[in-house]
Amino acid sequence: MASIGQFLHSIPVDLLIIQTINGIVTGMILALVASGLTLIFGIMDVVNFAHGELFMLGAYMGVVAFAMTGNFWLALALAALIIGIFGAALQIVTLRPLIGRSPLNTILATFGISLVLQNYALWQFGPVARKMAEPISAEFTLFYLQYPWYRIVIALLSGAIISALWLFLKFNRYGVWIRATTQDRVMAQAMGIPVPLVYTGVFGLGAAMAAVSGVLFAPFGGVDSSMGLQWVLEAFIVVVVGGMGNLGGSIVAAIFISLLEAYAAVWLDPSQAVIASFVVLILTLLFRPTGLFAAPK
Amino acid sequence: MTSAPLDKGLPLKRSRLSHTATYWLVFGAVLALLVAAPLVLPVFWSGFLTEILIWGLLAMSSDLLIGYTGIVSFGHSAFFGLGMYGAAAALLLVSPPNLWLAIVFGLVGAAGAALCVAYFSTRIRDIYFAIATLIFAQIFYVIIFTWTSVTGGENGLIFDQPHFAIPFIVNVPFHTATMHWFVLAVVTASYLTLRRITQSPFGMVLQSIRENEARTRAIGYPVERYKIVSVMISGLFAGLAGALYAIQKEFAAPDFVYFLTSGETVIYNLIGGVGTLVGPIVGAGFFQLLRQFMAQWFGDQFPYLIPLGLVFIAMIIFLPQGLLGFARRWLNK
Repeated sequence: MASIGQFLHSIPVDLLIIQTINGIVTGMILALVASGLTLIFGIMDVVNFAHGELFMLGAYMGVVAFAMTGNFWLALALAALIIGIFGAALQIVTLRPLIGRSPLNTILATFGISLVLQNYALWQFGPVARKMAEPISAEFTLFYLQYPWYRIVIALLSGAIISALWLFLKFNRYGVWIRATTQDRVMAQAMGIPVPLVYTGVFGLGAAMAAVSGVLFAPFGGVDSSMGLQWVLEAFIVVVVGGMGNLGGSIVAAIFISLLEAYAAVWLDPSQAVIASFVVLILTLLFRPTGLFAAPK
Repeated sequence: MTSAPLDKGLPLKRSRLSHTATYWLVFGAVLALLVAAPLVLPVFWSGFLTEILIWGLLAMSSDLLIGYTGIVSFGHSAFFGLGMYGAAAALLLVSPPNLWLAIVFGLVGAAGAALCVAYFSTRIRDIYFAIATLIFAQIFYVIIFTWTSVTGGENGLIFDQPHFAIPFIVNVPFHTATMHWFVLAVVTASYLTLRRITQSPFGMVLQSIRENEARTRAIGYPVERYKIVSVMISGLFAGLAGALYAIQKEFAAPDFVYFLTSGETVIYNLIGGVGTLVGPIVGAGFFQLLRQFMAQWFGDQFPYLIPLGLVFIAMIIFLPQGLLGFARRWLNK
């Protein structure tokens, strides 16, 4: 009994609470990235390898726009708009010709896009990470830390965007188009929905969401050209664990994975904490290949 | 087997040589050119050609999965890297360094990684398989990168090149040309083995999985087991490539376990033409040559992956069979 008591005492409760908040904040950003990814997959069967690069480019756009306008929220909107349009253009040029081919062709095409974009960013912006000031500098005391309010705002904002997306899909006319196309694209086309346009729109929407998450993340992580791969890997894990094409599942999974990594980071080196989410993924693939939170079909 | 009566009814203009004879003539001619290359080429280009052959072997191993089993692996860097670090272990731990031991260690390392990846990833299909292999490769990368005391972490490992030794017969240090011939011999043997595998009944089952997995399962083949074995074979040849690379370059570095190596392997396949085995070697050569030329024209810092990535995307859209796609049936006959 004494050893159990000792063990319980050795658990750093304050650190765990801090990590819980950190995990939820990262989880909300990840949920925003993953919901774009899962939306694109759900509607087009495209696993978008370039999603992390859109996230990264969005962050860079935010840094550049912030330097020009001096207003963080304006920079956020500009980055979302530019990357959204860019994403739509990308879809028209590279993915539209591949409609109807094997899904492996599209995954390879998006992989090529991601290589090009990543190297372009490295070439354009250099290897040194860019910093971005937090737009809200207020802090509150959390145990021995001064915890920035900005992170709490990010979590709430991400939640608001995801809710807005849900409402859009549920009630808006174009949201209904998207859901109809996801369910049965042939029938949707027969009912007069311009399916190719919906594809392009969804890709642009997903890209814009990735860009927003990139800008939101930029102030506390720094921006460099290799951040995309790391985020897209996490988002892949989330999307698989949550069930491909399942929006609600991927949000739950994003928070779950981020919390797990945050707790693992208490005891492990942060670079090794990633392995925790890898293990979750492998277990999911073994026992529930359709995703932990997938609705049974 | 005599040809079916159907063939006789077709009065097509047939070449005077049989398909087999033409195939082996072309094979011999290409092989002769490759053997003669180090005698003609300057030292740098000869070493470069050796490197292309090694990348070609890696790409060829991946082609067994992409072109024949019909599953895309984004995790070949793990097999390549484990082969590389396996060879490094043998060269560092055993003195004097032994060539054959290095290769055996490399193969064992790659086999371990392949077993792990194959067992877990083959349960899932298509895109999920690609993602799972990618994540496995990333796990190996994180382990190798952070386990500094054993793997040297970011700096990697440096070691001496082993001698070319056959016990009691010969024991000479490698130089550029002999290294080239050695690698060429290994790659040629691997090609012939892989070709034999793809033409065997086992290979036919793999191709039937590619064409229609559900039907193959319905006929009664244990599809998962065939996939596991094909991933294992592919991983072994990738590990062989890794071991050869370690022996040629005398170092092992975590960069090669990184995702980019897997990605480039897939690019070699797509550029050269999947399902041809030799196509990926051509693709590797094309890719490495373009990269080398760009480095010479625009400087080392030139982001060669931008133009090469654009070429790659254009090829997926306009020429999905790759450079050697036109010869696919001929090569597999």
